[in-house]
Amino acid sequence: MSAPRMTINGVPVEFSPGQTILEAAQSAGVSIPTLCHYPDTRPTGACRVCVVELEGARSLVPACATYSAPGQVVHTDTERVDAARRMVLELMLASGNHNCLICEAGGDCELQALAYRYQIDPPAFGKPPGTTYYYEDNNSMIIRDFSRCIQCARCVKACTDRQVNLAIAVGYRGAETTIVAAGDQPYIDSECVFCGECVQACPTGALLDKHARFLGRVWERQKVRSTCPYCGVGCQIDLQVKEGRIIQVTGADAVPNRGRLCVKGRFGWHFVHHPERLKTPLIKENGSLRKADWEEALNLVATRFAELKDREGPDKIGGWCSARITNEENYLMQKFMRAVLGTNHVDHCARL
Amino acid sequence: MKPLGPCESVPTAQMRQEVCDSLQALISRHRGRIGALLPTLQDAQRILGHIPLEMQQVIAAELKLSGSQVFGAMSFYSMLAWQPRGQYIIRVCGSPCCHLNGAAALLELLQEELGVPLGGTTADRLFTLETSACLGACEVSPAMQVNEVVYGRLTPGRVREVLSDYRAGQGPDYRDLPYSTCDFREFRRAPGESLLLENVGLIDPLNLEDYLKRGGYTALEKALTSMTPEAVIEEVKLSGLRGRGGAGFPTGLKWSFTRPLPASPKYVVCNADEGEPGTVKDRYLMEGDPHKVLEGLIIAAYAVGAAHGFIYCRGEYYLSRHRLQHAIDQARERGFLGKRLLGTDFSCTVELRSGAGSYVCGEETALIESLEGKRGFPRLKPPFPGVVGVQGQPTVVNNVETLANLPAIINRGGAWYREIGTPDTPGAKIFQVMGQVRTPQVLEAPTGMTLGDLIQVYGGGVRPGRTLKMIQTGGASGSLVTRAALKTPLDFGSLEAAGGALGSGTMLVMDDSTCVVDFLRCVAAFFAHESCGQCTPCREGAAWILEVFTRLSRGEGREGDLDFLLRLADTLKDASLCPLGQSAPVPLLSAIKHFRPEIEAHLKDKTCPAGVCRFD
Amino acid sequence: MTNSIGELEWADCILVTGSNTSETHPVIATFIKRAAYLHGKTLIVIDPRRLYLVRHAHLWLRQRPGSDIAVLNGLMHVIIRDNLQDHDYIARRTENFDALKETVARYTPALVEQVSGVPAADLERAARLYAAAPRAAIVYAMGITQHTTGTNNVISLANLAMLCGNVGLESGGVNPLRGQNNVQGACDMGGLPNVFSGYQAVTDPAKRWKMEAAWNVRNLPDWEGLTLTEMLPGIAEGRIKALYIIGENPVISEADADEIINPLKELDFLVVQDIFLTETGKLADVVLPAASFAEKDGTFTNTERRVALVRRAVPPVGQSRPDWQIICELSRRMGYPMDYAGPEEIFEEIRRVTPSYAGVTYRRLEQEGGLQWPCPHPEHPGTRFLHQDRFTRGLGRFFAIDYQEPTELPDDQYPLILTTGRVLYQYHTGTMSRRAPGLVEKAPECRVEMAAADAEAYGIQDGEMVRVCSRRGEIKVRAQVSFKAIPGTIFIPFHYYEAAVNRLTIAALDPVAKIPEYKVCAVQIRKLRPSPPKAAAAAEAESHGGSP
Repeated sequence: MSAPRMTINGVPVEFSPGQTILEAAQSAGVSIPTLCHYPDTRPTGACRVCVVELEGARSLVPACATYSAPGQVVHTDTERVDAARRMVLELMLASGNHNCLICEAGGDCELQALAYRYQIDPPAFGKPPGTTYYYEDNNSMIIRDFSRCIQCARCVKACTDRQVNLAIAVGYRGAETTIVAAGDQPYIDSECVFCGECVQACPTGALLDKHARFLGRVWERQKVRSTCPYCGVGCQIDLQVKEGRIIQVTGADAVPNRGRLCVKGRFGWHFVHHPERLKTPLIKENGSLRKADWEEALNLVATRFAELKDREGPDKIGGWCSARITNEENYLMQKFMRAVLGTNHVDHCARL
Repeated sequence: MKPLGPCESVPTAQMRQEVCDSLQALISRHRGRIGALLPTLQDAQRILGHIPLEMQQVIAAELKLSGSQVFGAMSFYSMLAWQPRGQYIIRVCGSPCCHLNGAAALLELLQEELGVPLGGTTADRLFTLETSACLGACEVSPAMQVNEVVYGRLTPGRVREVLSDYRAGQGPDYRDLPYSTCDFREFRRAPGESLLLENVGLIDPLNLEDYLKRGGYTALEKALTSMTPEAVIEEVKLSGLRGRGGAGFPTGLKWSFTRPLPASPKYVVCNADEGEPGTVKDRYLMEGDPHKVLEGLIIAAYAVGAAHGFIYCRGEYYLSRHRLQHAIDQARERGFLGKRLLGTDFSCTVELRSGAGSYVCGEETALIESLEGKRGFPRLKPPFPGVVGVQGQPTVVNNVETLANLPAIINRGGAWYREIGTPDTPGAKIFQVMGQVRTPQVLEAPTGMTLGDLIQVYGGGVRPGRTLKMIQTGGASGSLVTRAALKTPLDFGSLEAAGGALGSGTMLVMDDSTCVVDFLRCVAAFFAHESCGQCTPCREGAAWILEVFTRLSRGEGREGDLDFLLRLADTLKDASLCPLGQSAPVPLLSAIKHFRPEIEAHLKDKTCPAGVCRFD
Repeated sequence: MTNSIGELEWADCILVTGSNTSETHPVIATFIKRAAYLHGKTLIVIDPRRLYLVRHAHLWLRQRPGSDIAVLNGLMHVIIRDNLQDHDYIARRTENFDALKETVARYTPALVEQVSGVPAADLERAARLYAAAPRAAIVYAMGITQHTTGTNNVISLANLAMLCGNVGLESGGVNPLRGQNNVQGACDMGGLPNVFSGYQAVTDPAKRWKMEAAWNVRNLPDWEGLTLTEMLPGIAEGRIKALYIIGENPVISEADADEIINPLKELDFLVVQDIFLTETGKLADVVLPAASFAEKDGTFTNTERRVALVRRAVPPVGQSRPDWQIICELSRRMGYPMDYAGPEEIFEEIRRVTPSYAGVTYRRLEQEGGLQWPCPHPEHPGTRFLHQDRFTRGLGRFFAIDYQEPTELPDDQYPLILTTGRVLYQYHTGTMSRRAPGLVEKAPECRVEMAAADAEAYGIQDGEMVRVCSRRGEIKVRAQVSFKAIPGTIFIPFHYYEAAVNRLTIAALDPVAKIPEYKVCAVQIRKLRPSPPKAAAAAEAESHGGSP
């Protein structure tokens, strides 16, 4: 049985049942712009940036939320489509204060990228100067700056469909539509659990990781894929690094977490650069610890272990592995205890 | 207008034990029902007059929802409040029809009398002043509503009288009123037999016997005892009945998509969210002959195989709901609802739900979302509700008037019905001629009457000394037509061909005292207020259309405004998610076609030819 | 976990017990919540607390702490009574069913209700929901294991899963959630007294010979070592003279004096290797500064047996060094050179000696983004779920388990049950999480979660300081009236050294797993300040405009 076919921009295209027009186009190498579309969430088709012409349909249809059907004839790039997309983008740009100069999202903003792609100048119409927008900066993790919010509701989808925390929703209606937490209270006073999924989902600079603000542009950062050091889920994370320091952690779209993180994974990395980190070996002398260099400390440990092993026997020394260190290190530790010290008194705190 | 912004907490004093108890009691009444949130909020609001944060938290926890879901839903509806309000909510109708008849002056008067701005509450906490997008009292415009009671044909003297009644604690109980706006019998009747309004004004709507005496429930009996559901659908197909909500989709065809689906349960919904400005017809049916609507709904349920029906009635129609609920209770007592109706295998229950102040909930998918207790966000189509509706189950949504046609069709046959009216839109139709005519009318007539006859014969023509300027056809989202269209027969096809729309059958007549810019500003305000906010073109675009017309009406129009409007209108029509956004620019596009010079006068010459707009 | 995290989303029924998943494993909770919220799957929560997960649950069974076996036997009673078990699976893949059947026959819903407080009707519903699901997954964590009957609790869960044929299929299984990032890896790598890496017994001569050959040593010890909970008392007994502790902080307050600090002080030599100077480090003779996870390369193995890369993102702070380098240095100094160029080379050695890791390479991890063991050869795709065709021992064995009361139950003097655990915003002893401003902002201090009814009964206001005492000690802690708590049971997290809850808990151990009963002990709670006289309180309420 052959795959069903449709036509996109005059080219016959095969698609698999259940695919949206957007997905079918993507697999055929046709790029359709999107904004409210977000993986692993239910499509809302709300932003209307992805509208395409579907022959037989009275109005344009959203590619992200319209399912492909055999024989469909789709045009993704006509003048009609272009006009609608441009107007939608203009309306978004006019809806807030989309000044890219010091916007944290600069260079990493999907609205900016689309404005560039469609060569859209700041619209001639716009809110009057002095229009104020809700701005929330009363917690230490997330800044909400509604002057840059385009109501795509990706944050709500992320909170509802990806995390199922249901901490935020679309509130009010019409031009007053805005994103609300319970009772339209600030995040910190609401049911929000600060997983930060909304920040990661935001295509513009409306939701910000407060720690990372002004610490580095996207092109100045290096992303290092790693594994979260907290609980046993093993979330894949991207450590965003600039000049030898972590400035932000984001969830990687990989197994097992599929981009999701919790509050600890996303906002709990400060211990790495904490001033209280141990920087030198310490040796106890007259009841208190003093700084030492590695040679001295290592020699001391090696000598004492050797002495004790000789004097008391290998079964008088115990070693504690750790659930925090790597496999390689745990392996070496037990090897060291067993092969070098000759003891099986090896354990770690799995039981606590 | 209602205040935006975060919820206020209430002092502990207000969350007294009895408040908590009654809250818990009403929650347990609604828990487990489909869309329990909305009825719970509506009932909870009665306790304190608003729903403070603490109540929302209790409701969320008890209904296993999150606080944001609760607030997200409640902040969508203009009749729900989370900040304290007065004992009486005065809602001044701001619909185009009331606007034409002096709503602005009425609002000014009320602000003066009460000494509060729009949205404000008097110091004695007696009154809160709000506006309503449309109260559905167009035949008595200008109108206002005080809590449940509608007051129409308002003059300054009447307004003062009403206020002093309430100040003296002498507001009436709406349930004791014979009707909410005016006696249907005041109006002239069209010649010929009446099928829809036949009982309205003649029977006691609270008395089932009256309805039975006039042949009530015989159609249901016939359908259930002598027809298969398929035969009912065939009969309705044969009748050529087209949906009376405004879109005109063939009713029998709609049913025939749902009937064969193997899914269970299926639902039928009576769309009684009559919010289209200028439209009051469904209210007459519900207030005057509720059993007919109910009978139609049960027949529809039988036809599509639904065991449960909803009537979703707009929030402002208190008296309609009161009478519908009464009818449902009576019908259940008499075995027209419940298990094994009339001794057959068919069982059916009907539940009445109330809207809470949202025009878009009249759109069938938004209505379904609202029934499910959520924001009235229209859904993407396809899938259509007939396949995926309430809680994902097949759901047929029919308008009140559509359902009211069914008893006659079943009793007398589809072929008989098809002979009435025009071949395009067979049957009887309730028309409404509103606005600047001598006698605003609600009347039933076979389709095919001309627009001119409706206005001249029944509306009494424009007022003395005035000339007809334009007619907005079909509702707020219909196009404007001029005198040239007066010979058009009133049915779906003919009006469309003439550049108008039958819509809900309302025709808003405007004379030469009306300024097209001022009128369009009012229409734009309606759409900006009622846009659900989901899709970008409508959320942002409707607000910009209002902005542009506001500045045109103040003589502050800018070069390029018309081009901008045209571009905006194109995008709304072409790229909005639902029919509301797609039709919002229709009036302005037709206005630019017919009245471009008048609009340009505002823009270029800063003059208002009709002398309505004031350029200070 | 027998199964994978992602599979949870597609299970027809998920039974979560003894796991506050949305706080302790929030990202796993997203899969469970998606199953229930987005896909309409059945979620059953069995837990004494009204966890956040309960909002999404179809059914919540609230058992008395420690009565898990009674509830599980009750579920099995109903399933067998109504003949809902998977006969074919039981016949084909299990043994000893009759013993189970005989035992659970006694656990009628009425009896279970009496013992556990779970209404018989709810128990019946839960049993039918679980049994009816084609693929049902069980998820549990320390709420099951941290009991004197912990091992039996786990066996009972396995009984239930096998009874309905739910082990060895996708989206099913019995899934323990491991609490720490690499606790799975520490076990896999032989960080245990009785096994080498890959659970190869040290008492098995063949395994010893294999390791001796690989490591080029002779006479590896053939006896099982002491567990961590045995080593501490072992110090006083003279069985342990020196300890080398990496990345663990058993001392979190002076409250630990008797059990932990005093023994550690008696050691001849204590080496602590960590990223911060912990309370334990302060007792050490030598403290070695280790690099954090972000400063080194390596691998972690998560709770679903997935090996994933850890990558160096920033240079080690100060003179700190990755733990592996430190161990290599020590080893070299003790005459056994460990000359690894880096973690990858160590991993290559792990592969050679550990059959379940044999197919895992850094290259594959890089390309495939994680592999689940067993992965016996380089072409093997990894194992998403275990026991597909057979159990490790062949047939799955049912064990007839009887309910046994927790060691300490509430009485007149200590009328409340205390249960302990984690909160969302903190982790373990707080070494890492209490240094993040956001986490501290949300959870700055220890709070005892208690039900409004208990607060009222003891005259305690939300936010006031209270004293919680057990037969073993007392702590001061701030009261938090919480929706999650149920009357009669209070909850205190163990992250805070200032209010170290383990001062209160009981040292009773599970006889097999040697895990302490952290989840049940009896306590009393008192206001720190005496309440104002009734009349004064009433007057105060009056002046604030009403009664509370």
